[in-house]
Amino acid sequence: MNSEIFIWPFNLGLYFILIYSVVRSTIWFRSLSRADKLRLQRGFFGMPFMQSIREIFMESLLHRRIFKKNPVLGYMHMSLAFGWFLLIVFGTIEADFFGERHLNPPSHAIFFRWFNPEHGASGLAAIYGHWMDFLLVFILSGLLLAVVKRFIPGMMGMKKTTRHTWTDRIALTSLWLIFPSRLLAEGFTCGVHGSGGFLTGNLGAALTSFLPAADIAPYFWWLYSLSLGTFFFLLPVTRYFHIPVELILIFMRNSGITTADRWSAYSEVQTHACSSCGICISVCQMSRAAGINDMQSAYFIKGLRNERDIAAITANCLMCGRCDEVCPVGIELGPLRLIERRQGERPATRLKFIDRYGLTRRREQIEREPTQSYSYLVPEEEEQADVLFFAGCMTHLTPSVIVAMKKIMESAGVMYRFMDEEGGVCCGRPLMLAGRDREARELINHNSDIIWKSGAKTLVTSCPICYKVFRESYYLEAQVMHHSEFINLLIEEGSLRLGYLHRRVVYHDPCDLGRGSGIYDEPRAVISYVAELQPVPEARSMSLCCGGSLGNLTLSSEKRALIAADAAGTLTRSAPDALITACPQCKKTFAQATETRVSDIAELVAVALPKPVRRTRSRSSANTVRTVADG
Amino acid sequence: MKEKTKHVIVAGGGVAGMEAAGSLAEMGIRVTLVEKGEDPGGHLLQWHALFPGRRPAEEVRKYLRKRIAHENINVITRTTVEKVRHHGHEIIADLSGGTQERADALIVATGFDLFDAHRKEEYGYGIYDNVITSADLEEMFNRKRVVRTDGSVPSRIGFIHCVGSRDEKVNNNHCSKVCCVSAVKQAIEVRKLLPECEVFCFYMDMRMFGPYYEELYRESQEVHNVNYIRGKVSEASVNINNRLVIKVEDTLAGRPLKMELDLMVLMVGMEMSKPGARLAETSGLSTGINRFLESADHHYGSNRSGVAGIFYAGTCTAPMNITDTISHSRAAVEETVRYLGSK
Amino acid sequence: MSEQKANRFGFAVNRSRAINYDTSDRKVREYVTLREPSFRLCFACGGCTAACTAGQHAPFSLRKMNTYIRRGEIDTLREEVARCMLCGKCLLVCPRGVNTRNVVAMTAEGIRKLDRNEL
Repeated sequence: MNSEIFIWPFNLGLYFILIYSVVRSTIWFRSLSRADKLRLQRGFFGMPFMQSIREIFMESLLHRRIFKKNPVLGYMHMSLAFGWFLLIVFGTIEADFFGERHLNPPSHAIFFRWFNPEHGASGLAAIYGHWMDFLLVFILSGLLLAVVKRFIPGMMGMKKTTRHTWTDRIALTSLWLIFPSRLLAEGFTCGVHGSGGFLTGNLGAALTSFLPAADIAPYFWWLYSLSLGTFFFLLPVTRYFHIPVELILIFMRNSGITTADRWSAYSEVQTHACSSCGICISVCQMSRAAGINDMQSAYFIKGLRNERDIAAITANCLMCGRCDEVCPVGIELGPLRLIERRQGERPATRLKFIDRYGLTRRREQIEREPTQSYSYLVPEEEEQADVLFFAGCMTHLTPSVIVAMKKIMESAGVMYRFMDEEGGVCCGRPLMLAGRDREARELINHNSDIIWKSGAKTLVTSCPICYKVFRESYYLEAQVMHHSEFINLLIEEGSLRLGYLHRRVVYHDPCDLGRGSGIYDEPRAVISYVAELQPVPEARSMSLCCGGSLGNLTLSSEKRALIAADAAGTLTRSAPDALITACPQCKKTFAQATETRVSDIAELVAVALPKPVRRTRSRSSANTVRTVADG
Repeated sequence: MKEKTKHVIVAGGGVAGMEAAGSLAEMGIRVTLVEKGEDPGGHLLQWHALFPGRRPAEEVRKYLRKRIAHENINVITRTTVEKVRHHGHEIIADLSGGTQERADALIVATGFDLFDAHRKEEYGYGIYDNVITSADLEEMFNRKRVVRTDGSVPSRIGFIHCVGSRDEKVNNNHCSKVCCVSAVKQAIEVRKLLPECEVFCFYMDMRMFGPYYEELYRESQEVHNVNYIRGKVSEASVNINNRLVIKVEDTLAGRPLKMELDLMVLMVGMEMSKPGARLAETSGLSTGINRFLESADHHYGSNRSGVAGIFYAGTCTAPMNITDTISHSRAAVEETVRYLGSK
Repeated sequence: MSEQKANRFGFAVNRSRAINYDTSDRKVREYVTLREPSFRLCFACGGCTAACTAGQHAPFSLRKMNTYIRRGEIDTLREEVARCMLCGKCLLVCPRGVNTRNVVAMTAEGIRKLDRNEL
């Protein structure tokens, strides 16, 4: 009976996708860098392998992360993935255990009921039949949710759903047809033979009562096989390719491979592992506050995958990192966008050719030429200092922060040098965000030179943008601290005596300080020390971007204002006395967007300082300020 | 069948409100003048002298005080009009404090607020000593003492134009009109009071729109040696000598310029007043993109609100100088009287 | 126009000092205006240049650049535009809400394309 020709669409599809996956994985593996290859090899024979198995089970099958985010959406993904997985496993066991032979070809398990129509009339086999029917119900319930989500995204708590290409649509249709056609195929066959579980059996009996089931059944078995085959054939060119690719991604990630700053096979694996689930769209402030719905990470990744011209999409992003936090597949969306920004205006066709043949390493050879040049910068003489204070460009527009920091450091008796008092040189991060790393390196070298020459042990900055790049891209001996960390240190070591302010305040985590650098606790500790800190929605890793981000080169000031107003509104919902932030950019942006007083954390602390003894002459230099007993 | 005397409420006791109240009272109309401050007079109370002729502000104050010293006028101070609504042909105004006032018509003369200079943080108002606003300087003129916080006499003063005006960063795209000429007037006064003191005006455009304004500008250069530098100041800091340092581009020289100042005067612009904005919101009066009240017609209906019995006078509709405010106020009275006669 | 060559003594002869608006090449202006419409909003206050981090170290004036692009005089801008550090301080100063960083990026791109005859 194995010669039934309806099984061939399925068989061909399955063999095609298996061979394709092997070839594609081999190409990816070959184009990995030497170091990454080693990581992967080591990972395969060590702990990462076990971790990956666990993660595949938890995420690819159970979809735990989506579940946490949104239980209904999680159930939908779980029922389809885990349900299908169980159906295959138990189907194979069924075919192996109850079939006439062991070690059957896959088609035998898939079309088991066709080959064994009388099976499962009684005993253990009957119970097993019910179990298989239950799995089918499990999957069908998820499918129903998927259909609902497609047409009414709001029902799943999703604001937007991703748009599909026509291949996606065909693949989606075939995916949706697989399980209903299986249900009907099994139903008709069981109806004819009076077998089947609680679902297929009863449905079959009902259908057979008024339809020529024996004649109809083969059509549905054909439909079942065809939809499976079509789905497998289209898999590589649709978003559903993410299903097999995610497994590879998990292995690579657990082996310690990261996106880094160059396009690599890992980048490519990530773009193919995106399921276009749309969670990144739901959390995007550009969408929810400014009504921009075409540049989110799902579209960016899709554009990369399909080799579209995505220059506009690539540029139009705040780089706030909220989508990175929620991506259930764990794709490094920000770093990928930065890589793409580094390409500049790329000749799309050439890249297409290069990518098609897996020559991804060639990409870096056609990266953008340097556009900026800072040869005009001359090395500066730098005085020695233990603590170097770098305010940052933006901070010069928020003098209250500088004044507060001076007061705090003087009060704590810190001997510091104000590195950019007369205006310094940019830290380089804005250039990096624009994809101009090579140019940024010039600025980094200039500033590094000053910092090294000063012999400073500590570099304190008031700007999270500078902070992130100082920590990540500068090679320094000095310990880099954001002023919130530094103030916290001063409090902890007892150098600062502060009063308590009876104010209710909320704290906003700046993107580059919180998500970008993991500094969440120090600012909160400092604020709680001097005032009453109230909770806000969407705090810490899900903190809102102020809208002023330098990550976006193209966003208009009107749209930025919309994002700022929305974020400020959310943050000040509890009507606090002040909105505290720790970034000059956020401060400026929020000050324009809300009636609530906006202050930097340093300002708040400076207010809590004991009043200095009245200076007799204003000319007296700052370090003579002495403090009276704390209040 | 002449009925009882007509009654009009005037919301706001500044220049516009006082002039309107006086004109109405003269015509035998009963007026209730509602003023939020201690005394009527508005911003004029703080002003020392007026452009273009530098006449003492007291002269105009005296004129206005006389104007409202009329038996038909009842002045209520420390009160604002919170809401206006119609009840048949009558107008009912809810006043702060919970009382009500009934009338036949109402003139909105809520005026303007000076821009809060704290909002331009980069200029350091409230952060550095010796950064003051144009209103603060008038107070100094009143005391005849223009000095730094430490009591020393400034040897260089800078006037920063357009603070809070023509600036989308503070949500004000409009021009406040009078700050340019105010700066010229104040620069001259400084030069007369402190002949040793250098004076610089940092401007984006010099908008000398009124009679004798351009002449005043010329006089400031010709007679008083006031210096003008075309460029918007981006920020101020304080150096080791406790002098202010400003950064600006000298756009005519095409190069960035740094300058030390002893005293920095921020020429704060005009914004819709807060009580006015509140009244507009509660009473359904429409406001324009500049947040001032929007008149029924820009050209021939600038006193009409579009709501029967409610009229506008003065700077609640747009920045204006005193001359225009008084004319606008009289026109509002004319509209009001015509409305009362038609009822 | 840029094709006009200097003579062998290094002096441009027969070239009027006047900006010839009718013969000037405004392709870069069109390129920038199309991609960053806020470019048109500049009223030449110079706030950007006053705040400019790069401008403290070398000749770079966004205000001047803006005017020159509008007049089609881009020859002097090739080097100047490369000096910007994209730090974004001007963005926080501009009273007209010009998206200054993108103006710089688009100008650099426009000039590069002009030089490659791609405009």
